[in-house]
Amino acid sequence: MKPAPFAYKKVRTLKEAVALLAKHKDNARLLAGGQSLIATLNMRLSAPALLIDINGIRGLDGITKKGKFVEVGALARHAQVERSDVIARYAPLIALAMPHIGHPAIRNRGSFGGSIAFADPAAELPACLLALGGEVDIASAKGKRKVKADAFFKGLFETALRPHELVTAIRIPVADKNTRVGFAELARRHGDYAMVGLAASARANGKGLTDVRLAYFGVGDTPIRVKTAEAALADGNIDAAVSALDLEPHDDVQATAKLKKHLAGVLLRRVAAQLLETRP
Amino acid sequence: MNDRTLDISLTVNGARVQDRVEARKTLVDFLREDLALTGSHVGCEHGVCGACTVRVNGEIVRGCLMLAVQCDGAAVETIEGLSDSGEVSDLQAAFEQRNALQCGYCTPGMITAAQDLLRRSKKVPSRDEIREHLSGNYCRCTGYHAIVDAVEAVAQARAGARK
Repeated sequence: MKPAPFAYKKVRTLKEAVALLAKHKDNARLLAGGQSLIATLNMRLSAPALLIDINGIRGLDGITKKGKFVEVGALARHAQVERSDVIARYAPLIALAMPHIGHPAIRNRGSFGGSIAFADPAAELPACLLALGGEVDIASAKGKRKVKADAFFKGLFETALRPHELVTAIRIPVADKNTRVGFAELARRHGDYAMVGLAASARANGKGLTDVRLAYFGVGDTPIRVKTAEAALADGNIDAAVSALDLEPHDDVQATAKLKKHLAGVLLRRVAAQLLETRP
Repeated sequence: MNDRTLDISLTVNGARVQDRVEARKTLVDFLREDLALTGSHVGCEHGVCGACTVRVNGEIVRGCLMLAVQCDGAAVETIEGLSDSGEVSDLQAAFEQRNALQCGYCTPGMITAAQDLLRRSKKVPSRDEIREHLSGNYCRCTGYHAIVDAVEAVAQARAGARK
C-alpha cells in the first residue's frame, strides 16, 4: 500500500521542531530514521497530517562520554553506534545488542532515539536502556526534562513522552571494571524481531553479583524487569531465578505463550553465564 | 507548490535530477514511476524483503522506507547505475553462472547488498558473514546456497586480483 497524503516539513533546529510539535501535537509525527514510521505509513496504520523531518538538525547524533554517562544523540544511526569506539568501551551491553537490530540497510537509517521513543515491546534498545538504568533527555517548547528508564516505558507503544515532546538524547551509565552485562535473543531469522530476548546488567561483587537488572523483551506490552529473578540471581541461585520468572506473555505470530515462557528460562541461563563470566 | 508537494534536486546514478514530488511518495516509487528506473523492485513495502535496496550517499537503504523528498540533495545509486558502471559485472556473471537466481525478483537488491559487503570487507568474508549481510534480502526461489556461493566466489576472485 501507499501512504495517505501528508504535509512534510524539514526543520533545521530543535526550536523549530518543538514549535511545530506544540502547534500540531498528535496530528504531527516526527520523522527520524523512519524505519518503523514509514512502514506504518505505507500500511496506513498511521496517517498524520504533518511529518516533521528532524534529520536536518545538527548536533543530535553525537556519541560522547560525559562524566558518568555515555550520551547518545537521538539521531545517532544504529550503524554509527555499532561502529563506535565509545560504545564498545563504555557501553558494552549496547555493543552486544547492536548486531541483532534489523539488517544492515535498516541499521544505516534507523536511529537510536527513534527506537527508544517508538518503544516496540519486541525491540532490543528499550530493554537495554531498562537493564542499564539509563535516562531519556526530552525537549519541548516548554523546556527540557529527564525521565529514568524505569518510568519511561508505560504500555504498548506508550511512553512518558507527551505529544508535544521529543527525545533529544539517551544517557547510559558508563561501564567500569565491575560492570557485567549479558544479552541474548532468539529470532526465527537473524535480524527479525525476537520471539524472546533478554538484556542484563549487574555489578561484580567478589564471585557474586549485585544490582542485577534483567529486562526481557518480546514477552509483554513493554520491556519487562523480573525483580524476583533478579534477587535470586544476586543470591547466586540460577535455578531459583528461572523458577521465579513471573512473565505472562501472549501468543503472537512468532511463538506461543508457552514457548516464549520456556525460551525465557533458556535465555536466563545463557545470560546468567555471561554475567558470571570473570573478566580479565 | 505546497507542503504536500515539494521540489527536489538530487543525483541519480550520477545524473542531475530535478523534479516535483508528492511528500508521501517513497524513494523506490519515485525511481520506478517518475524516472522509469524499474530495476529496483517493490516487494513488501514495509522494509522486510529487501527487493527495493538502493544506495543513498554511499550506504544501502530500503527504498520503501525513505521518502523521495528526504533525498533532496542526496546521491542515489540504483542497480542500473551499478550495472552500467561495471561495478557489479563480476557479481552479475557469478549469479548467472551459479544459478543464483531463478525468477530474478530479488536479484537487484541482492546484488546491491552483496556489493555493499564486498566493497567494505578488507578480507574475504566468511559464508556466515555473507549470510548475515544478506539476511535482510528475501529470495523465495533459490534457497540461498547458490547466492552465497556466487558472492563467495566473487569475494575470492577479487581478493586474488588484488594480490
